[in-house]
Amino acid sequence: MKYLPLVWAGLRRRKLRSLLTLLCILVAFVLFGYLCAIGRAMDQGASVAGADRLMVRHRVSITQPLPVSYKARIERIPGVALVAHFSWFGGIYREPGNFFPQMAVEPGPHLAMYPEYLLPEDRRQAWLATRTGAIAGRRTAEKYGWKVGDRIPIQATVWRRMNGDTTWEFDLVGIFDGAKPETDTTGFFFRYDCLDEGRLFGKGIVAWYTVRVSNPEEAADVARRIDEEFANASAETKSETEGAFLRGWARQIGDISTILASVLGAVFFTILLVAGNTMAQSVRERTCEIGVLKALGYTHAGVLSLVLAESCLLSVLGAAGGLAVASVLVAAGDPTRGAMPMFHFPAADVLAGLGWALALGVVAGLLPALHAMRLRVADALRRT
Amino acid sequence: MNGAAPAPADDLLVRVEDVEKAFHRGEEVIHVLRDLHLTIPRGEFLALMGPSGSGKSTLLNLLGGLDRPTRGRVIVDGRRIDRLSDRQLAAWRARHVGLVFQFYNLLPVLTAERNVELPLLLAPLTRVQRRRHVAAALGIVGLSHRARHYPRQLSGGEQQRVGIARALVTDPSLLLCDEPTGDLDRRSGDGILDLLQALNREHGKTIVMVTHDPHASARATRVVHLDKGRLGTEAPP
Repeated sequence: MKYLPLVWAGLRRRKLRSLLTLLCILVAFVLFGYLCAIGRAMDQGASVAGADRLMVRHRVSITQPLPVSYKARIERIPGVALVAHFSWFGGIYREPGNFFPQMAVEPGPHLAMYPEYLLPEDRRQAWLATRTGAIAGRRTAEKYGWKVGDRIPIQATVWRRMNGDTTWEFDLVGIFDGAKPETDTTGFFFRYDCLDEGRLFGKGIVAWYTVRVSNPEEAADVARRIDEEFANASAETKSETEGAFLRGWARQIGDISTILASVLGAVFFTILLVAGNTMAQSVRERTCEIGVLKALGYTHAGVLSLVLAESCLLSVLGAAGGLAVASVLVAAGDPTRGAMPMFHFPAADVLAGLGWALALGVVAGLLPALHAMRLRVADALRRT
Repeated sequence: MNGAAPAPADDLLVRVEDVEKAFHRGEEVIHVLRDLHLTIPRGEFLALMGPSGSGKSTLLNLLGGLDRPTRGRVIVDGRRIDRLSDRQLAAWRARHVGLVFQFYNLLPVLTAERNVELPLLLAPLTRVQRRRHVAAALGIVGLSHRARHYPRQLSGGEQQRVGIARALVTDPSLLLCDEPTGDLDRRSGDGILDLLQALNREHGKTIVMVTHDPHASARATRVVHLDKGRLGTEAPP
């Protein structure tokens, strides 16, 4: 710490140049933070997917439905502990831009399948007792100002009601929270029996099944057994782990990880050149002063450390600012207004950002630091 | 080559024995110092004079451990510094030598007190101890009231005083000054010479001062002339 004023003084030497470099690094880390959040969101929670959960969908596409009768057959397959099903509703709340996932589910199996959804017991009972009942995640409820007891009208885009009407009204009986910060709390779930009995067509079908296996190590075997059970049926199935399913879903848009890594790689390479140039200029201008430090007794390694510390300080300051700005921007919400429900910037990514900043500081400062280290005292002092 | 009556070995702070320093410029070998023998007793104020290119600054660099001789021995306070590693030499400089430069060589982004503190950062001292040493050194050079000023806010003479305070702050046994008045007007230069003389007389510092200026060398207790890398005549100041 006693060298900090000396290191800081090095940055203050050319204030404008240091400030501009700092801003470049800051912008790069704003981008880093924001793209991390997008990457996390596109990953759609694959990282938090249950290891003991399988997704069972139509072999052709998830857009193809499966019969609800499959539930009983899946339940009989060895290794299956629990089965729940989902039916995508895809309705509009007030206006098309208000996107949030709406699903018809069976309350009991659904809540048993997803213990990460925290719903008070009295609300659970209310849902079981109310045929038109629905529960909403905290984020969506807060976004639209819903409270328990509200009647939520959703306009269907597919499922007309028996009377031809497209507006479905649900009674909000509960608001659930997430067990972890990364738990998706944007969902809106209502009862399958309400949908199935009330819709004009398409009765007896579901979109996909979620299956809990008794032993996660046997998940692959159970998936194979399920698919064998429905081989040659009118609706053959494809079963895979929840994580694999969610990653596959994200890949429908593209290899997001590669795209993000490419963008960030280009940005960081540019910043590396900018920061490296700043440090090289800074050291070149101070050749004589480096000679003075060495004349006063600073070792070659000491001078190397001072230059590297200066480079790292510049980089970490810029990164800290950038990550802070990114946190604020991410906290402001999902830029797609709902298509990325898990849009957040976790602490692990902040730490990774700071790690990258340190690495950037070391790499950008290494050549100038080595140059400073190798300077001979007598030669350096001559360059007054 | 010293001329004066030899001092007892214990009283000799510096012994330069059979030193040669050569530089290579392409194929050419330039001998800057040849067959040099010099002894400097403790407490002496030695002026090193000679024309440009005579090897004065090179000799000063050898005495300060900033460079190594091509041949010969440089012994300071009983230690052969020409045999020390770079790391040992740096540690030795920090402890035993104070350097004063012609152009002061202060760090412009640090205040006077921070500049003076620089050598102390290498010592195992607390912040309070460092502050105390810095205050004492600035007090000796008469600049306590300018401690918080940056070099650009100080006159040339004041900057050189800060440079001297920085050289003094570790209480070195040997003070090496490379044309300390070379960039100052006569009045400021006299002030610096008064200060160096006081450091020699009142604080017992051994001083080696390179200078072109006979007016400056007149303050020394001994003057040695260098010419083409060899010690020439010695003269009383």
